[in-house]
Amino acid sequence: MKRLLMLLTAAAFVFSLQSAAAEPVKIGMITTLSTKAAYLGEDIRDGFQLAIDQEGGKLGGIDVELLVEDDGRKPEKAKQIAERYMKKDGVKIMTGIVFSNVAIAVVPKVVRDGVVYLSANAGPSKLAGKGCNENYFSVSYQNDNIDEVVGQFVNDSEHQSVYLIAPNYPAGKDHLAGFKRYFKKDISAEVYTQLGQSDYAAEIAAIRAAKPDAVFFFLPGGMGVSFIKQYAQAGLSEEIPLYGPAFSFDERLLKAVGPVALGVKNGSQWTHDLDNPANKQFVAAYIEKYGRTPTLYASQGYDTARLIGSALKAVQGNVDDLGAVKQALKKAEFDSVRGKFSFGTNQHPVQDLYIREVIKTDDGQYTNRTIQKVFENHVDAYAAECEM
Amino acid sequence: MILLVEQLLNGLQLGITLFLMSAGLTLVFGIMQVINLAHGSFYMIGAYVGATVAAATGSFILALAGALGAAGVAGMAVEILVLRQLYKRDHLDQVLATFGLIFFFNEMTRIIWGKQPLFMDIPTWLKGNIELLPGLIYPVYRLAVIVVGAVVALLLWYLFSRTRLGMQIRAGASNRDMVSALGVNIKLLYTLVFGLGTLLAGLAGVMAGPIFAVESGMGESILILTFVVIVIGGIGSVRGAVVGALLVGLVDTLGRAFLPTLFRTFLSSSYADSVGASLASMSIYIVMAAVLIWKPRGLFPSHH
Repeated sequence: MKRLLMLLTAAAFVFSLQSAAAEPVKIGMITTLSTKAAYLGEDIRDGFQLAIDQEGGKLGGIDVELLVEDDGRKPEKAKQIAERYMKKDGVKIMTGIVFSNVAIAVVPKVVRDGVVYLSANAGPSKLAGKGCNENYFSVSYQNDNIDEVVGQFVNDSEHQSVYLIAPNYPAGKDHLAGFKRYFKKDISAEVYTQLGQSDYAAEIAAIRAAKPDAVFFFLPGGMGVSFIKQYAQAGLSEEIPLYGPAFSFDERLLKAVGPVALGVKNGSQWTHDLDNPANKQFVAAYIEKYGRTPTLYASQGYDTARLIGSALKAVQGNVDDLGAVKQALKKAEFDSVRGKFSFGTNQHPVQDLYIREVIKTDDGQYTNRTIQKVFENHVDAYAAECEM
Repeated sequence: MILLVEQLLNGLQLGITLFLMSAGLTLVFGIMQVINLAHGSFYMIGAYVGATVAAATGSFILALAGALGAAGVAGMAVEILVLRQLYKRDHLDQVLATFGLIFFFNEMTRIIWGKQPLFMDIPTWLKGNIELLPGLIYPVYRLAVIVVGAVVALLLWYLFSRTRLGMQIRAGASNRDMVSALGVNIKLLYTLVFGLGTLLAGLAGVMAGPIFAVESGMGESILILTFVVIVIGGIGSVRGAVVGALLVGLVDTLGRAFLPTLFRTFLSSSYADSVGASLASMSIYIVMAAVLIWKPRGLFPSHH
């Protein structure tokens, strides 16, 4: 009797172990956690992790295991990580890539191999138009969106001419093209600078001489920090207003440029002050957990996790049936921190886009304030080219 | 015309920053025969410590002192702990070790200061712009950088050609063993020279802090330009560093400022913009290649 009981207990123990071990759905995150851009990946990861922690290790009621690896901003390294996730860990759902060039190197391959990839940041045009895929979802935006909204806003303003400046590489040209798609007035000049440049004195002197009504710049990371500082120091901020996409004005970069960026208007799909219950709850929980204001990257990580949660709930954790997972994802039945959220035909967001302004809070911090909704249910420019 | 003068000043200012960087690098190479790829890290240390001290105390002078001290001390520590083991080894070992130091320092700044860039403001007494000529408005801070660089160049010249320490350094460069036999503490001398070089890099860093992004890895972008400067100027020559730095600063700035406009006179504007931009970013390397064809050891080669 005693032996039988022991056997039974042992068997139960083994079975429970087995089922517990087989249970969690693995999610592979490939993101940038080193180099100058490390904070971007850190925020995506922290936003994603917050959603998991809020459910006590689950998403949509299903146990999940988040694997995180640093791609060092290198396409080859990201490819290796993706390969390892698929072969060694049997990952079916991936996310997290920050940079478009990395995404272009990794995404087409993994979606061909039957992985569902959800972008929490990069939204290159290549993957939105002809290169769209039913296994690929962009939860963040299509890259051009963030420039299009500024283009429309400036087009509607009193400014007649705009001076454009971006680094001399494919993404730089894409972002300026996004701006020009909705800005129909006079382009004073279109200047391409060296990638990684830090001294903009020559360009700023040229802007002063050209006397445009406004300046639009796309200079991600440290380039933007240097440019904004030098632009303000040259005394141009008061004379010729500066516009840009949200990338140079997230709450962590504002720590480095705050006082000189004050009042600059920029375009985004999200800001922490958007008035909806999901967002209020997210911002409060994020600040409590990490002690800093969430950036748009954090919001994208959080939304991606909650979208995955909604799909896992619908298929009850069975990710072997990828067709059902995709169908559930496509419905986007989750409370986005952006308020409403849905996917277009190319599985990129159809969403509202806003203009916001850099302000100083009462406790001396620098942040953004939403000032105007420019686009409602905006569809990206490449959706028509996608055959799916 | 006004624009040309303004761009010349911009070029001069970039050249001065490059001079502060390359003077240290060329000294270390010329006198100690060590290739130090981690020179940019001391520039970064200067900027980070400067930004931190400025944020804590609000004083730019204290920030300057802190940055110089930190960069100099860090440099001497690296010389004693790392480079001393490498003097007898070949250049490849030195390159590998100092390349490793870049990663070490970049990661260290991320661990200490976090992953986002820091803010550093221009001190209030150097804020604003002055009108140098009618219509020529120039930031006071950039003028101050030019003045500081010129003063440092004069001090270096005085140190090397007019003081006993300078004489010992020059002697140590031409014959290490003989100077040692004459009773000069050559080890100490090398540590001092290396510390002086990194201190100059720290000075460049703290002065760049208010203008550029203070971020992990900021040293690498300027390091490449610095190497171009010392190759043009002649490795090991401080005079070469002055001339090379000004040349690179001017060519780079004027190329960026005027090449696209120049091309627009005979090409369509969108084509001219991209050709001009590409050529402008190549211009300093073209100059370097031209100088090397004309004078393979640089403009002012040192004696050995």
